[in-house]
Amino acid sequence: MSAPQVALPRWIDIGLLPIVNLVQALLVSGLVVLVIGADPLHAVRIMAVGAVGDGVAISYTLYYATDFIFTGLAVAVAFHAGLFNIGGEGQAYLAGLGATLMILALDPYLPGIILVPLALVAAIAFGAGWAFVPAYLQAYRGSHIVITTIMFNFIGAALMVYVASDVLRPAGEMLPSSREFGPAAHLPPVHEILALSGFKTPSTPLNLSIVWAAACCVFVWFFIWRTRWGYAIRAVGLSPKAAIYAGISPQRVIIMAMCLSGGLAAGVAFNQLVGYHHKLLLDFVAGAGFTGIAVALMGRNHPVGIVLAALLFGALYQGGAELAFEIPTINRDMIVAMQGLVILFSGALAYMNRPWIARLYLALSRRPLAAEAA
Amino acid sequence: MTAPQSAHDDSPPAGPVGSGQPAAIALRGIDKSFGAVRANRQVDLTVAKGSIHGIIGENGAGKSTLMSILYGFYTADAGEILINGRPVEIRNSHDAIDAGIGMVHQHFMLVEPFTVLENVMLGAEGGALLSAGRAAARAELQRLGRDYGLNVQPDAVISELPVGEQQRVEILKALYRHCDILILDEPTGVLTPQETDQLFAILRALNGRGVTILLITHKLREIMAITDTVSVMRQGEMVATLPTRSTSKEQLAELMVGRKVRLELDKHPARPGPVRLAVRGLTVIDAKGVKRVDDVSFDLRAGEIVGIAGVSGNGQSELLEALSGIQPLAAGEMTLCDTQVSAASPCDPAQAREHGLAHVPEDRLRLGVVTAFPAWESCALGYHEDIAYNGRVLMDRAAMTASCERLMEQFDVRPRDATLTCGKFSGGNQQKLILAREIARQPKVLLVGQPTRGVDIGAIEFIHRQLLALRDAGCAILLVSVELDEVMALSDRILVMFQGRIVGEVAGDQADERTLGLMMANAHTQPGEAA
Amino acid sequence: MEELGPLLVSVLAATFRVAATLVFCAMAGMFSERSGIIDIGLEGKMLAGSFAAACVAMVTGSPWLALGGAILVSCGFALVHGLACITYRGNQVVSGVAINIIAAGLTIVLGNAWFGRGGQTPDLPPEARFMPIAAPGAATAADIPLLGPLYANVLGGHNLLVYVAYAAVPLAWWVLYRTRFGLRLRAVGEDPKVVDTAGISVTWLRYRAVLIAGLLCGFAGTYLAVAQNAAFSPHMTAGQGFIALAAMVFGKWRPWPAMFACLLFGLLDAIAIRLQGVALPGVGQVPVEAIQALPYILTVVLLAGFVGRASAPHALGQPYVKER
Repeated sequence: MSAPQVALPRWIDIGLLPIVNLVQALLVSGLVVLVIGADPLHAVRIMAVGAVGDGVAISYTLYYATDFIFTGLAVAVAFHAGLFNIGGEGQAYLAGLGATLMILALDPYLPGIILVPLALVAAIAFGAGWAFVPAYLQAYRGSHIVITTIMFNFIGAALMVYVASDVLRPAGEMLPSSREFGPAAHLPPVHEILALSGFKTPSTPLNLSIVWAAACCVFVWFFIWRTRWGYAIRAVGLSPKAAIYAGISPQRVIIMAMCLSGGLAAGVAFNQLVGYHHKLLLDFVAGAGFTGIAVALMGRNHPVGIVLAALLFGALYQGGAELAFEIPTINRDMIVAMQGLVILFSGALAYMNRPWIARLYLALSRRPLAAEAA
Repeated sequence: MTAPQSAHDDSPPAGPVGSGQPAAIALRGIDKSFGAVRANRQVDLTVAKGSIHGIIGENGAGKSTLMSILYGFYTADAGEILINGRPVEIRNSHDAIDAGIGMVHQHFMLVEPFTVLENVMLGAEGGALLSAGRAAARAELQRLGRDYGLNVQPDAVISELPVGEQQRVEILKALYRHCDILILDEPTGVLTPQETDQLFAILRALNGRGVTILLITHKLREIMAITDTVSVMRQGEMVATLPTRSTSKEQLAELMVGRKVRLELDKHPARPGPVRLAVRGLTVIDAKGVKRVDDVSFDLRAGEIVGIAGVSGNGQSELLEALSGIQPLAAGEMTLCDTQVSAASPCDPAQAREHGLAHVPEDRLRLGVVTAFPAWESCALGYHEDIAYNGRVLMDRAAMTASCERLMEQFDVRPRDATLTCGKFSGGNQQKLILAREIARQPKVLLVGQPTRGVDIGAIEFIHRQLLALRDAGCAILLVSVELDEVMALSDRILVMFQGRIVGEVAGDQADERTLGLMMANAHTQPGEAA
Repeated sequence: MEELGPLLVSVLAATFRVAATLVFCAMAGMFSERSGIIDIGLEGKMLAGSFAAACVAMVTGSPWLALGGAILVSCGFALVHGLACITYRGNQVVSGVAINIIAAGLTIVLGNAWFGRGGQTPDLPPEARFMPIAAPGAATAADIPLLGPLYANVLGGHNLLVYVAYAAVPLAWWVLYRTRFGLRLRAVGEDPKVVDTAGISVTWLRYRAVLIAGLLCGFAGTYLAVAQNAAFSPHMTAGQGFIALAAMVFGKWRPWPAMFACLLFGLLDAIAIRLQGVALPGVGQVPVEAIQALPYILTVVLLAGFVGRASAPHALGQPYVKER
């Protein structure tokens, strides 16, 4: 069967198809909810209210979305180079170690205005560094980056448990963690900023790292599509042989893209540790690395799409927390399953929808479609 | 010519060709479209039983699509197929094989790591366990080898066989399945002239035993040499079917293109200048440790075209890769416009371009462009760090687009849309775009690989004229092509490569096919002397 | 420090037991990848299989029915993977990752909904599990120095599925190299176009390969939940699906070398566990987290030392499109 790829208008490819994928994922999730014996529509209502029902909910949604913007951008940048970076989880985790070490060493001495950016720089360095080894192995040894990054997730987790339990744990503290960060190392929460201008809002974890997330989006957009390094990354991702022909070194590009990816994922540590918890905790990444994959795929690896998808998943997370609270049989891993379904429908089964959507579009518009030349 | 009775034929013995027998193949009203492109329009074809029938047409005329329908890759949108007078439905290759059709593909359908025996058995193993069918297969291979002169080693691994032998395995596969119609799709692209003669002898032998032969080619010479009947396709339509002896190369060329075609090029005598590229003892070793280019030395001067002739796979591709900087040199050295390059001081493609080298690669789709990029981005491929295209941080889109539009104008690339993705241009237009990009900066040395592969005749003429003009303007051009006609027409000097070495050199105006063919097979005893 | 003899026996016995999971998965991955379909989803299929096995064993009390349930579920996921990769020609790596994440989420959600306890299933009684089988005459042979315990504990004394795992290797070899199906399978992973022009259905071949992978992952899952352990716990596969993949790559997609790679992992894992709490000269006590990370570090080292592109099936990861 050789059906040619029909050219659909861009808004379908970028806008409609991701929504269709999401609906399919939701439908399957609804089925699962039914199997457990709960009412899917009731569940959806709880989630919707829980996510955007009031200011606190929206604030929490944005706080989760911040993490997903970072990890979504990380996965997208790697995808543009033709790499599947599953290691965002570990890279963000290690970034937390970097920020923690910097802060613990310097927080008695430096004011926040210098310390916080330094902590960010350290986080980025550690995140990029944790991505460097798998990148190097893929570039120069041909080791499949999917397996090595997954391994590095496990290794990173073990390392962090050791550090938080045996090295940094303050005396007398039961849980593995570091000591509290000094007040200089706190990234101001949004509700405090709003309070300065006179708006009294309830306290939520949403903090200024969302500004950094927005900055990263702008940066990625310019970098990938408007600079020669982004050109090189895209060339390597689309056609490694053409890149070599053009004098681009695929090895260097792979390492550059992965380190950038790890550095972007580091934003999660910035949000969670410097912006909210103010100390090193175990598993603060909480699966954001994997959500980033779903976000990048749904967002078609473009910053605008990633922001929208991140907001959606932020809403799912926040709604999911409410749902787990209201209906205890549906625990938070339902969101994990949904993520997997989104990845399946928008990533793997991506071509499943094009034929029937094309037919529908053709029927509705009654215009002959221009087919792509063979 | 009376064809003897085929063992599987229930009809009365075949008389002379055209004696009222049902045609081996009859296609009626075949229509096939891919979206808006109509690849076959109402094509009728009648191939007489026991004949050798040629189908000729330029690239893109629709012959491959027609054969794909006949062999079950595509289903026609309309029309019917009759084999030996009976209508058949060919939905996949299995049906085609059942109908007695065997096909020798242009790119061989052989599993490289498997042996000859395994390749022949694949699909006709003779049982769920291999041990059952192996002995029978071996015996049958021996018999076929004796009967048709197609001798092969059953336990040889395909990747280690020379190309001519691989093609023999392809033919054996078809015969093993008792085909009485054999289709050959561009079979001589990978053969020397002498090997082509051998192939034709085999085909005549097969034909003598009753096999109907359908030969698809774009080479006029082959049609005249071996076929009884020839059908001409042009732009998806079957425009003529003639007995071969009643037509000529010129008439066929005109039918192929729809207008009078000049088969000769206007070439001024060469005026070679200083040496731009001096190669000494160049050796390239591939990833498996095999020497692909072996101690090659030559000079390339400004204002001349040096052509490298040779059957593909004899090191030409690796030579181009080494000269352009894609592959490192294992040994030897080259001097590119006063810059020494060797294994110790390598040169990557970016540096080579800085020294005045340009490269039109053999593999247009994988190297020459990024098919997913729009034209204006592919136009910067290799030059994306250029100061004309870059500010301090950001790239200058407007400059890149303007440059692309200029190039498209100069080389008449259609459609004239710089935002169109490269994959949507036809082969000829992609090639023109690549050539335009590479010569835009007036390179001192131009490497060109297979410049007109898969390109329509109009673009071929254009590209050839451009290369000659470039040479007259003082560029040093190295041309690699498997089309002997092209090499002979364009080159001032011809070097022949065989198994990685240069085995002969002939002056362009003294070259003839016979001598070159012998050199390409390394069978020439006095290299360099005109016949 | 234990005596050398009993230590050796215990390490070898543990090696075979730990490596059995890897062997099942490596064979599964091999069949899929030899046909040209990348299978990152071994982990997810195994996890889903182990959950299904635990549930069925819980409900029916029969390990055999549990095996059947695991195979059914694992093949179900395999079919999804096949649909995505073969019919819809999607990105095979993404599909595998999706399956892993779906399995990880669903097993916990369903486990929590049906059994409470955050996704852990209740412990299974011995009748519902595959229990160790004593080798014939093991008791009497136990007195023979070294050979006796070796016979009793390394050769004998494993549960049935361990033996099945190692029997699967020569069986896989025989299927791959001595049958028509195996010939065609290897051909389609090298060059699907050749198979298509020979009149064989590429799609049907690849679906069968993917289903075989599902079958073997079902065995692996059953082994984990119902044989080696007595329940399903969240994330119990702990990356073994990926380690098996690395072993398969290291074994160049061939059954026997892949099995030896799995045994190597098992051996190092068994040794590492026995180092827990032991003070090494010059280093002191190795932190338990380092020991836990050892299999993953080893995987990376193996993959780093091995440049694998040359041996992979040529058409691996490329969806087959009939195209001219």
